[in-house]
Amino acid sequence: MKALMGYLAGLLFGLGLAISGMTDPARVLGFLDIAGAWDPTLMFVLGGAVLTTFIGYRLVWRRGAPLVGNAFRLPTRQDIDARLIAGSALFGIGWGLSGYCPGPAFASLGGLTTPLAAMLLAMLAGWFLARRLA
Amino acid sequence: MDWSASLHGLVGGILIGLSATWLMGSLGRIAGISGILSGLVFERPKGDSAWRLTFLLGLISGPLLVMALGGGLGNVVGEAGVDATGAVIGAPAGGVGLMIVAGLLVGLGTGIGSGCTSGHGVCGLSRLSARSLVATLTFLVMAMVTVYGVRHVVGGGA
Repeated sequence: MKALMGYLAGLLFGLGLAISGMTDPARVLGFLDIAGAWDPTLMFVLGGAVLTTFIGYRLVWRRGAPLVGNAFRLPTRQDIDARLIAGSALFGIGWGLSGYCPGPAFASLGGLTTPLAAMLLAMLAGWFLARRLA
Repeated sequence: MDWSASLHGLVGGILIGLSATWLMGSLGRIAGISGILSGLVFERPKGDSAWRLTFLLGLISGPLLVMALGGGLGNVVGEAGVDATGAVIGAPAGGVGLMIVAGLLVGLGTGIGSGCTSGHGVCGLSRLSARSLVATLTFLVMAMVTVYGVRHVVGGGA
């Protein structure tokens, strides 16, 4: 049951990325290039996703518990530390170089190219390193 | 302005929001891709791995389903049919060397910073988390600075 629910969530996410054009690095880089021919698409994607999730979360939280399991698992940390900022900054550089963040990179596996495979393997190596640094 | 692309973006964004809502309502989880994927690979938590695997399979099947429907719902910048994967999955922006550097930075950065565009950007902002707001602004600004540097300083403007 958990596996089926997970699949549905992933499928919706993948459909959203494909329909919005986020599986095309050129669209993402077009948004990030504020000094070029600016492409606002990503703003609509993030705006639509945040607004929907903001409302959706509040509706499902009213139930007090998820359909499976006994509690919502929410992040509890509230401190803004150097790791949060340094990590996010490094991620931003990688995102700006490639136009891929983890979701679209993985969702694009169906159109796998050698550069994308290299990126995904390097991403795994980066997570491994981050865990060693923890 | 390309309103069709913006509309595609809005519709896709709403689907991503429905996905995040569904994962929270069904399993009580945050839809953060870097956490779901790295957790599956490096921890394989008991009783908590199958849904991660099926989520990732669903993530891959989304674009494939759009392609199977003819690709007309896709929203890539290039003309339809120009690249091998049709109009749904775009071509990478650089070669293997650049992508290795980018991949290392994305993995290391999201690992240290506890999240990416989905976990901090979509789910964190929706929870009104100050940590996620700081993270999102940081990676957005750094990505914009990086693109500016690559395209307009090193590249000499394009």
